[in-house]
Amino acid sequence: MTAVRCIDLCKTYRQGDQDIKALDHLSVDVEKGEFVCLMSPSGGGKTTLLNAIGGLDIPDSGEIWIADERIDRMSKGQLADLRLANIGFVFQAYNLIPVLTAQENVEFVMQVQGVAAAERRAKSLAILEEVGLKGLETRRPAEMSGGQQQRVAVARAIVSRPELVLADEPTANLDSKTSAELMELFTELNEHHNTTFIIATHDQHVQSYAKRLVRMLDGRIVGDVEQHAA
Amino acid sequence: MHMFFVLSRLAWRYLWRNHRRTIVMLSAIAVGTWAMIFMTALTRGMVDQMIADGISVIPGHVQIHNPDYLDDPSVNNRIAYTDTELTARFGNAGFSSWASRVRVPAVVTSERESRGVTLLGIDPEAERSFSFVDYAAVDGRFLEGPDDKGVVIGAKLADTLETRVGKRIVIMSQDPDNEIADRGFRVVGLFHAEMEATEESYAFIGKHTAQDMLRIGDTVSEVVFVGDDYRDVEPVFDKVAAQVDDSVLVSRWTEVDTYLGTMMGMMDGFMLIWVIVIFLALSFGLVNTLVMAVFERIREIGLMLALGMKPAMILGQIIIESMMLLAVGLLIGDLLAWATIKPLEGGIDISVVAKGMEMFGASSMLYPNLDIGDVILANVVVLVLGFLASLSPAWRASRYEPVEAITKV
Ligand SMILES: Nc1ncnc2c1ncn2[C@@H]1O[C@H](COP(=O)(O)OP(=O)(O)OP(=O)(O)O)[C@@H](O)[C@H]1O
Ligand SMILES: [Mg+2]
Repeated sequence: MTAVRCIDLCKTYRQGDQDIKALDHLSVDVEKGEFVCLMSPSGGGKTTLLNAIGGLDIPDSGEIWIADERIDRMSKGQLADLRLANIGFVFQAYNLIPVLTAQENVEFVMQVQGVAAAERRAKSLAILEEVGLKGLETRRPAEMSGGQQQRVAVARAIVSRPELVLADEPTANLDSKTSAELMELFTELNEHHNTTFIIATHDQHVQSYAKRLVRMLDGRIVGDVEQHAA
Repeated sequence: MHMFFVLSRLAWRYLWRNHRRTIVMLSAIAVGTWAMIFMTALTRGMVDQMIADGISVIPGHVQIHNPDYLDDPSVNNRIAYTDTELTARFGNAGFSSWASRVRVPAVVTSERESRGVTLLGIDPEAERSFSFVDYAAVDGRFLEGPDDKGVVIGAKLADTLETRVGKRIVIMSQDPDNEIADRGFRVVGLFHAEMEATEESYAFIGKHTAQDMLRIGDTVSEVVFVGDDYRDVEPVFDKVAAQVDDSVLVSRWTEVDTYLGTMMGMMDGFMLIWVIVIFLALSFGLVNTLVMAVFERIREIGLMLALGMKPAMILGQIIIESMMLLAVGLLIGDLLAWATIKPLEGGIDISVVAKGMEMFGASSMLYPNLDIGDVILANVVVLVLGFLASLSPAWRASRYEPVEAITKV
């Protein structure tokens, strides 16, 4: 089954009097349960592609399908529901709600989903422990390091077991040990729950966990290889 | 409901993220609310007092007259029924207080001066409960019955006429044939009233004495009825109207004293305007606060949208935040108003400024009236208008594009 299908996506940004093709007739299919690493030099279009797949940014042309639903024509409300129910996000730049504690941030999506308090609490505590943040549950983002915040964001992305996880530089602020732990966690979810992962990264270490490496350059796919986990 | 809780918690947290701004805004709302309620209570107290004074001078929440009497209160415009017939009609109709009286213009003359007054021929017992004259506080004595041959005038009038208890004065008016009707009376008492104007304007004699002097047999000028609440005279009005035919005019006090009546009618409108004016001043601060609060968290709003919150939830969140701010501010303001008005319930002595106010019919003590209806009005107006004022910032917040918020570093 296809988890994500992108057909001939184009997205052009204007910067000054210059047109920048962030996505340039890009097509790609990701099967359910795949673990894809998206790589490119900075500005290659990774974030643009992830945002398009997540329904955060509508491409100028082309089609995007999540499972068997075409999302590039959905309303804002429908997209919100889709994201809420099916997609876990780790954003590149900005992830946590500053007025909520680590645990509340992790519970945020479940709260909006309407998950009962006891279940939320159990799940969020367990996942925070898994990402190594036990004891920091009541800290607010401002009271945590960049790496700790990043892990809270990851915990939130996976806590409600979404079918698809879109992670933009999830290990950007992490040391190699923590980032390895996170990748182990991702791999485990991928293998045991068949969660589809699409991860944008520069990190060589992260790439070694991926089963499939997709290379981008100037909004196009320039390489797409299967690889066996290290 | 669940969502409401989630949004409320977020709203509450955001409210306290910027303590200073919130506290400043809360103080503004609280002070504004206090001003609304305090001013309203003072004004209502003043108007109540004016009306109470006014009504006690023209006693009777409902009155009946000859249809021409209000335009021309002469002796010719008497009520078509005789006093005996009136007693037959109203005596057993279950009115708690009522009285019939002769009321005509007259001139009072002493050895030195003369003055125009309103001459009232009354049955003192019938009017005891609602007369503006405190019978016990009269210098000398009050009238003892409808056949009393004495006259009671105001202390101020006595000064003007340079007369006093025990001296004689002449009262002069017209009989139905336009002949002079006059008679000498001994001043038996001097009454005191809140306002000097009242003390100068009325002279009381016995009803039968008046009928006799004016040669009007067993007839009267007006009948007055007093109900439970001057604000709601309809029950009495209906009851009176049911007892009479077209030959007499039944009026509410608001129709007899149009100045006071209008005053009372304007009161509620005035309150509303006052409350709205203060709110308008507040609303600038409120909208500004909300716009700032939204502006400084564009990214967080974007993030929430990106994670799957619907725009409507963002809208709700901002509105809840605004309502919380208002509710807390209102609560403080209400308590403040209550705490400042309570100690003043015994009355504020405004005699220093009251002299100039007498022309408006105000007396020298001001009793603030904390009317629950006014408090509710102020709170509801603030909440409703506050809700409307927050719609625009909240709407804008809900229209943000998540991607712009997320990707900007
Ligand atoms: N909102 C925007 N306005 C203008 N240009 C944009 C915008 N977003 C992205 N771009 C441009 O589109 C191109 C692709 O950007 P994108 O963020 O997708 O790259 P990226 O691969 O995620 O880069 P990085 O590795 O630095 O995160 C870049 O040239 C970028 O400058
Ligand atoms: Mg990027």
